[in-house]
Amino acid sequence: MAYQLDAHHAPVDSSVPLEYATEDGSLKILGFWIFLAADVVLFSCLFATYIVLQHNTYGGPTAQQLFDVPGFVTETLLLLTSSFTCGLAIFEMHRNRLQPMIGWWIVTILLGMGFVGMEISEFAKYVGEGANITRSAFLSAFFILVGTHGTHVTIGIFWMLGLLVQLLRYGITAITARKAFVASLYWHFLDAVWIFIFTVVYLTGKVS
Amino acid sequence: MLPHYFNHLFVTGTDIYIADVLIILTSLGIVGVLTYFKKWKWLWREWLTTVDHKKIGIMYIIAATAMFFRGGMDGLMMRTQLAVPNNHFLGAEHYDQVFTTHGTIMILFMAMPYLIGLINVAMPLQIGARDVAFPYLNAISFWTFFFGAMLFNLSFVIGGSPDAGWTSYAPLAGPTFDPGPGENYYLFGLNLAGIGTLASGINFLVTIIKMRAPGMKLMDMPMFTWSTLITSILIIFAFPVLTVALSLLTFDRLFGSHIFSMTHGGMPMMWVNLFWIWGHPEVYIVILPAFGILSEVISTFSGKKLFGYSAMVGSMVAIAFLSFTVWVHHFFTMGAGPAVNSFFGVSTMLIAIPTGVKVFNWIFTMYRGKIRFTTAMLWALAFIPTFVVGGMTGVMLAVAPADYQYHNSYFLIAHFHYTLIGGTVFGVFAGLYYWWPKMFGFKLNERLGRWNFWTFIISFNVTFLPMFLLGLMGMTRRMYTYPPGLGWSHLNMIETVGAFGQAIGMMFLAVNIVWSIKYGERDVTGDAWDGRALEWSTTSPAPEYNFAHVPVVYGRDAFWDMKYGKNREKYQVKAKPYRPIHMPNNSGRPFLMSLAFFISFWGFVFKWYLVGGLGLAAVFVFMYLRSFEYDTDHYISVEEIEHTEAAAGRL
Amino acid sequence: MTTHSDVNPSHGATLPSDPKAHHETFPWKHILGFVLSLVLTFAALGLVLSAALPLTAVIVSIVVLAVLQLLVQLLLFMHLTERHGPATHVLTLVFGFFVAFTIVAGSAWIMFTFHATVA
Ligand code: HEM
Ligand SMILES: [Cu+2]
Repeated sequence: MAYQLDAHHAPVDSSVPLEYATEDGSLKILGFWIFLAADVVLFSCLFATYIVLQHNTYGGPTAQQLFDVPGFVTETLLLLTSSFTCGLAIFEMHRNRLQPMIGWWIVTILLGMGFVGMEISEFAKYVGEGANITRSAFLSAFFILVGTHGTHVTIGIFWMLGLLVQLLRYGITAITARKAFVASLYWHFLDAVWIFIFTVVYLTGKVS
Repeated sequence: MLPHYFNHLFVTGTDIYIADVLIILTSLGIVGVLTYFKKWKWLWREWLTTVDHKKIGIMYIIAATAMFFRGGMDGLMMRTQLAVPNNHFLGAEHYDQVFTTHGTIMILFMAMPYLIGLINVAMPLQIGARDVAFPYLNAISFWTFFFGAMLFNLSFVIGGSPDAGWTSYAPLAGPTFDPGPGENYYLFGLNLAGIGTLASGINFLVTIIKMRAPGMKLMDMPMFTWSTLITSILIIFAFPVLTVALSLLTFDRLFGSHIFSMTHGGMPMMWVNLFWIWGHPEVYIVILPAFGILSEVISTFSGKKLFGYSAMVGSMVAIAFLSFTVWVHHFFTMGAGPAVNSFFGVSTMLIAIPTGVKVFNWIFTMYRGKIRFTTAMLWALAFIPTFVVGGMTGVMLAVAPADYQYHNSYFLIAHFHYTLIGGTVFGVFAGLYYWWPKMFGFKLNERLGRWNFWTFIISFNVTFLPMFLLGLMGMTRRMYTYPPGLGWSHLNMIETVGAFGQAIGMMFLAVNIVWSIKYGERDVTGDAWDGRALEWSTTSPAPEYNFAHVPVVYGRDAFWDMKYGKNREKYQVKAKPYRPIHMPNNSGRPFLMSLAFFISFWGFVFKWYLVGGLGLAAVFVFMYLRSFEYDTDHYISVEEIEHTEAAAGRL
Repeated sequence: MTTHSDVNPSHGATLPSDPKAHHETFPWKHILGFVLSLVLTFAALGLVLSAALPLTAVIVSIVVLAVLQLLVQLLLFMHLTERHGPATHVLTLVFGFFVAFTIVAGSAWIMFTFHATVA
């Protein structure tokens, strides 16, 4: 294993992708995978709660009445595409091409913002129709599950913005590469969670 | 809402006033001492900003001790109230608050931090690492736990304590039946501490997976490290469930959602379900590290290697799986029907098997060993029969139809005190006596230790053994008083006597600590007990960098092997020159960030959303500052290492 | 904080799975992943909107499609199989899925039987 010293004194191993090149990098990536596994459990509890409460509409609007197909399909496409562009950014990072990486990174952030914007207007529309969080157990569970995901995405956007500044400032280094890689894991993960929201909340809501 | 809360901001009542005065006096005392001895800077530089796992471990232990004291006072108040029938020392409402804070504090703010503290102290040393994987995160873990505990305790004087039990069942704990801020304190305090616990779990797991000394395979690790590994996994997958449960109830209370309501289609039993999905793994989270301590102590003081190492590991892995599949045994009486109850009854009984395997392994470890009856070993020896009583009664409770009789009676109370005190607390005491010299460089006194041990263990049984009988006689938990003539009075009086006996036992520990600080036997070798694992191969206390040279390991019980084993020669390598050691910088941010969390959550407790929001914003600012910080570590120079090692007589 | 050891950790030998993968010039994997995720999404949507199958069959199929999409994300986007050391992250994730499944299936079973028994 080839060890050398970089600017931050940490030994760098050049035989692996840059994000794993310092021991610190590979520790943090592993740590983050474990965090994601914990987040899987967190969402599973919210899904369990939603599934248990989904029919308890207490005379309020049902899922069938509420959800609007073009709306949630567009949300899904935005997030799916952003996951793809985020993957492209990391792909360019591995080729050590800063400009295209940053380009895709910005596209990802914009798509994420579009998603959050749509979700906010979706929520506002429901609330405007009187379908707010206090209306029924079904709506409570719906807003909390979908809102938790939306909060995750929002945090992800701020995170990626912070990294954007660092990428512009330092370029692609072992440290920025690790940070970007970790953020990309988070982003793809949120896309996967959304697929389950799409399936369990929106699609199932439309059939039952 | 605001004026209503303002009226109730400061809690009234004679005992509260006494507490207020005591708290103010203690705080003034601390401030005075620190100022007089000019120790503020020292406190900040050496402790509040530290990222050193050993110091963080010690801070956990100090905080846990304080919480043990607080929870113990609650316990004594309950026992005083129940000593005689028709007593009115505490009113019903007050009694509710006391058992709520007692249970919550003992499990989350006493048992957990004691164990996490001991893990911090010993685990990285046992695997020959220089620190945990994420030292900065470790400091965040500690401070979020600390401020979570403080937030919870603040309820006592500002706003009123929670009173719906440590299990905080809905709908009782919901906004309709419990409108005051007390339950909010519970929810926010636990959520804040929970963040830190989850981070600890991830931190320890990565440390163990990635940072073991070269040559140390997983199956070479000391058993305490193994127990930490399994505990971390349980934490990682159980604590998110608690986070969700607490947050959902918070939404119900603050924003009027109806997840656990009685009306609008809510399901109160869903709280119970979620709480115990976390709750059962949690009881294993607080027992597995104690199992690990026991394994270390018993094999050290029997002078033998641990019997059935692989079986020990296997049984812990089995426990990790099973503990996620048994949670309904806490609410058999909900009435989910025979299929559900049978399934979870059987899975519960299964978990007793791996637990039993461990007991036999400890006994076989001692078999034909040269046992040294140190205080640590006494606690370990007492652990075994006490815990067996706890486990066996657990199996009785696992029989669903019979549980309709035992459930929520004093029989249940006796069961979990036999496991939690007889298991966790005895284990913690064993660990404290065992690792004390490693933490502080001197031993606790053995004679006072024996007084501590015997008074406590006798009083413990005097307190809790009669509870099995009382439970069978129909006394239910959480009743604040009872009439005479039910045949309960004598047993209750005996229990109260026992409770005060335990308090006396604890006083011996306090005296022991004070005495030993001055006169305790100093540990100059670093190997206070003729130990077996790597923590004993470095000095006591260990230097900041733990090991001047990272040890290379050739098998189990590495230090024993180094001293007496067949690989002795391999370990006798020629002294290499030192190399600069790379270490993380101290930082005040974990402390400040957790303080911001504290202020924010305190705002939310009273629904002051401005305070809550600004506090959270501050938290995010601190995170951003961290992200933009690139100068995070430094090197310890060779001269400094030589200096430290020479001072310890190791050159 | 980087390495707290002055020796490189020899356990869990560092195995770059396929260094060549990082010198590809066209993102085939990502495009494949994107196309697959679109196909799976619209397949699920089609199943629901067409209402061709009975309710249970629809729900089972769309959940299966969602699981497939999860695999697409994990394998094609998240570099799950890239190993630099032991595959701890895979094991942890698998255990996470086990716990998640237990929670969802268990809660649904428990709460629905309870509801049926009591109500
Ligand atoms: C052999 C292993 C064990 C079995 C079979 C077992 C079984 C049970 C059962 C069935 C209950 C519920 C009884 C009821 O509510 O009616 C229970 C409650 C409890 N157990 Fe255990 N248990 C075991 C080990 C432990 C351990 C190791 C601990 C902690 C260190 C523990 C702590 C508790 C606590 C705290 C409760 C009651 C919580 C409450 O309702 O407030 N148990 N146990
Ligand atoms: Cu249990």
